Amino acid sequence: MARRATGARKIVVTAIAWGVGLAIFFPILWTILTSFKTEAEAIASPPSFLAFEWTLENYVEVNSRSDYFLHFMNSVIISLGSTLLGLLIAIPAAWSMAFVPAKRTKDILMWMLSTKMLPPVGVLVPIYLMFRDFGLLDTRIGLIVVLTLINLPIIVWMLFTYFKEIPGEILEAARMDGASLWDEVVHVLTPMAVPGIASTLLLNIILAWNEAFWTLNLTAAKAAPLTAFIASYSSPEGLFYAKLSAASTLAIAPILILGWFSQKQLVRGLTFGAVK
Amino acid sequence: MATAHSRAAARVMISPAVILLLGWMIIPLSMTVYFSFLSYNLLMPGMEEFIGFGNYEYFLTDPAFMEALINTLLLVGGVLAITIVGGVGLALLLDQPMWGQGIVRVLVIAPFFVMPTVSALVWKNMFMNPVNGLFAHMAKALGLPPFDFLAHAPLMSIIVIVAWQWLPFATLILLTALQSLDKEQLEAAEMDGASALDRFRFIVLPHMSRAITVVILIQTIFLLSVFAEILVTTNGGPGYASTNITYLVYAQSLLQFDVGGGSAGGIVAVILANIVAIFLMRMIGKNLEA
Repeated sequence: MARRATGARKIVVTAIAWGVGLAIFFPILWTILTSFKTEAEAIASPPSFLAFEWTLENYVEVNSRSDYFLHFMNSVIISLGSTLLGLLIAIPAAWSMAFVPAKRTKDILMWMLSTKMLPPVGVLVPIYLMFRDFGLLDTRIGLIVVLTLINLPIIVWMLFTYFKEIPGEILEAARMDGASLWDEVVHVLTPMAVPGIASTLLLNIILAWNEAFWTLNLTAAKAAPLTAFIASYSSPEGLFYAKLSAASTLAIAPILILGWFSQKQLVRGLTFGAVK
Repeated sequence: MATAHSRAAARVMISPAVILLLGWMIIPLSMTVYFSFLSYNLLMPGMEEFIGFGNYEYFLTDPAFMEALINTLLLVGGVLAITIVGGVGLALLLDQPMWGQGIVRVLVIAPFFVMPTVSALVWKNMFMNPVNGLFAHMAKALGLPPFDFLAHAPLMSIIVIVAWQWLPFATLILLTALQSLDKEQLEAAEMDGASALDRFRFIVLPHMSRAITVVILIQTIFLLSVFAEILVTTNGGPGYASTNITYLVYAQSLLQFDVGGGSAGGIVAVILANIVAIFLMRMIGKNLEA
């Protein structure tokens, strides 16, 4: 029935979908285009879409003027550091919950989830004061710790939903064949768990990279990742659209690319397995 | 199956995560509760004293609190309305056969990966700026006076920015739900003469209702804590016109150094979030049993 109508219908649907898709994507596209304009062209009226002098000067200037590389490295270190630390803590926990479930496993999982519901402002003051007293303000290590803790529930949950899909019979079979616990973990479970761990890693890097409550409140100049560095453009001096665009493009490009690989995991990770 | 030995091992494996989260939750939160009963300003160290519910009284009767509460509700409600309606529409659209579906999907999802400070500043400067923004250029081309969005409709503008960031999330989850719908059921209904609207109302929408609920609850948790978008666009102003509870607590504690008042506000925010959280936890808990 529906199949007969395909030809014309498909063309219409394609046109509408592309139109809507491009409209939603437009702010990003516009930012990327503006990053290749001169400052004068960036505010020209009427604006030009493609017919302008393409230039790389904004990228050069952003890099030379503002320690861009330092902030980029802060983002890399903080998001990667908090993710790896989180995985280190979460893998054993998720593992034992998935394979040796106890009576209270479900309660523990739900409780972990509930910590994620705690609004950050509820603990802003004490965390800020503790950071101040322990000299952790504006340090990478401080942010790594905080981001690890806020994302730990998501990491545990995601890993748990992946581990649970590994059939337990395989473990029993390995055990029957005389595999030790070590063999079981290294040779049987790990290979099967790698895809789930990789997905979790990816999603968590994205979340940590874009985290903008704690990074804005706990850093100043030294440890500021890109979220905080870009925020410094909110008090502009002179013409800055093209430079803002260049800095923004550099800040979002790595995550846009990672994001393309993680669409499916995104749904799973952010709904705590409620939608797969 | 599990032996006593493996149970003990399991407990050891699970404890670091539990202990860390327990510490993260209990230590700072109890400090917030403690501070909230003190008159404590960072500019006047050593002057702390116990004042009971004074901070709560002050925070809750402050006219800024009512305004911030209403703004919070408008922000959450506005973004939810846009993203749910838009998300259902986009999910239906993306589920149709078309050319280049993968690319369109990527285009639609992309805003979710843009960090909040970037999206807020791009919208603020390159679109909503009354002189150089794209919207101002468009108004000029149409012979209309430019409109200063962030000065005259600050909350509305922030709702648009945040909705743009969250629309992909709603779309992606609703699309995932839609794709698990049995297409034969739809075809059967069509054969029986059900109109497209009827099929949507009686088959598609009920099928997606669970996913819609999940989107509403999860987004609400995040939207109650919108912060960066407000910080870099309006700083909560003009006046308190775009201040939400999160921003108000931040301003109270880190800009005015009023630790006691800020802590009381933080506890109020926790209570508000908990109301939503209880519903969300119930939904997810049910799923865990299935």
